[in-house]
Amino acid sequence: VLHRLTTWIVEPGFFSSEPVHVALVIGGSAALVSAIVGVFTVIRGQSFAGHALTDVSTAGGSGALLIGVNPLLGFVGFGVFGAAVMDAVGIRRVRGRDLATGIVLGASIGLAALILYFDTTAHATTGATQHILFGSIFTVTSATIPLVIGFGLVSILILMAIYRPLLLSTVSPEIAVARGVPSRLVGILFMAALAVSVGLSALAIGAILSTALLIGPAATALRLTKRFAWALVIACAIGVFTTWLGVLLAYDSYYWGSSHRGLPVSFFIVGAGFLLYLVSGLPGALTARASRDRTTSTSGDSRGGRPRLAIPEELNG
Amino acid sequence: MFSGFMVNAWAVATIVAVIAGVVGFFVVLRGAAFPAHAIPNGAFAGAAASSVFGFNSLVGLSACALLAAVGIGTLRRRGRQDVVTALALVMLLAIGAVFLSQTTEYEPQIYSLLFGEVLGVSTNELLPVAALGVVCVAGMALLYRPLMLSSIVPEIGEARGVVGHRIEMSFLIVLALATAMTVPVVGALLIFSLMIGPPAAARSFTDRPLTAIALSVGIALVTAWSAIALSYLSNWPIGFFVGAIAAFDYGVGRVWSVLRRPRAREVDTRPVPSV
Repeated sequence: VLHRLTTWIVEPGFFSSEPVHVALVIGGSAALVSAIVGVFTVIRGQSFAGHALTDVSTAGGSGALLIGVNPLLGFVGFGVFGAAVMDAVGIRRVRGRDLATGIVLGASIGLAALILYFDTTAHATTGATQHILFGSIFTVTSATIPLVIGFGLVSILILMAIYRPLLLSTVSPEIAVARGVPSRLVGILFMAALAVSVGLSALAIGAILSTALLIGPAATALRLTKRFAWALVIACAIGVFTTWLGVLLAYDSYYWGSSHRGLPVSFFIVGAGFLLYLVSGLPGALTARASRDRTTSTSGDSRGGRPRLAIPEELNG
Repeated sequence: MFSGFMVNAWAVATIVAVIAGVVGFFVVLRGAAFPAHAIPNGAFAGAAASSVFGFNSLVGLSACALLAAVGIGTLRRRGRQDVVTALALVMLLAIGAVFLSQTTEYEPQIYSLLFGEVLGVSTNELLPVAALGVVCVAGMALLYRPLMLSSIVPEIGEARGVVGHRIEMSFLIVLALATAMTVPVVGALLIFSLMIGPPAAARSFTDRPLTAIALSVGIALVTAWSAIALSYLSNWPIGFFVGAIAAFDYGVGRVWSVLRRPRAREVDTRPVPSV
């Protein structure tokens, strides 16, 4: 019975397939790094900036394809460059910030359109658009694994180096300024870590979808707990779980129906993350409704605004 | 350049630019660039669905864009707005990609829906596009006063009975209608460029709202027309020119306001964008 259940869930050949192994390793690493960076991104209210970086890296990935280098180098390189541009055009100021972000985003999508056009006309490479935008993790070779792990470590190391000033300038910018934290430098370094993690998820689930791995797990985790350390742990778990589930379902989907077309991996990853986010909002919505019925005052604490986070002890000391 | 099939392109681009100029003014005023970027992806999913199931693409585009607007508007009330917008955006894109992966002309179609195509509209679609354009502009005229109030002084708006989230929802619906028809021409990813570049530039030139709207329509027209002309001459994709010229508009606006009003930033009372 157990055997039939496993073959029903996992189609034959899943565990012995080389592309699946590579996909699990690369997807898992990308999900881990993105989840950690994502928690900071969500708390800092920089989802739009994170999404804009994915579009900047789209142009980079298409460019890498055009000159024939590993797309991951294009994703990461352009992402870091885009982060610098966004800092220069004034992403730090709250006023006009979303306008500046939008302009950088629009211009880089336009550039991506042009480079993808060159890809398809000059090289006659079919599938460039799909490959870059929506990812194709099963075609990534195992030679890319060291590169992925290396970039992942860079991103995590940057975060570890700036962890305390970053957290302080995130939860209370005023105290950070009073204590002489170099907020600008910390912000730039964070954007660099963000750009690297966006590049990794771009390889895993496609450049314009990589926002899903960055924001989805982190936002879900922050709805489930108010404790920072737990948020990191839960976000990592959700990120890796949805990614591996997506790889499994995409592999299985090849055997569904008779057409043997299969469905894109990224659809399952994005869909699973989105569903988990919606489900994680249910308890909050129910409590809010219950308290509204009792007091008629709307005290939905999770509505808009920053989530109230317990500041770790060592930052207060 | 002005003969035969190109006539449609010029006509549609003109309609698109007028809508983008008017609706875009409020997108910039409300700091709604992110939802304006997310909602057209609903139209992308709709176009993809209609190409699989074979129903009228006009219906698919508008229905799915409306659905996306209502969904995003509802979810945005519960939870962090930028997070909800980001997640809805990628979800819509992924749904569109799934539909297109089941068709035979995946690659060219996905490209033209995302980045636009000058020849994306046939003659018998011109009338519906124009009709939707009229509906959008009429909707904005109807919403003009409450929208201005709730965008600039939300407190006074609430006091006069302007309910914030209802206005927000109506605005998102007009935004959805405005983007639905423009997706086949400018592309799902680039229509919002046309909605923020020209209005942002217009607002740097004048403070009076009606003048700014008129100016924004004018700049959007020039942007769309030059994008078509350049795309026709160079054979490069129209999306590239729309994105680049919109960024250029914004840059000119920034330079102008720095040169003309060096102190303006300190007395500026524009509302802080919510995204």
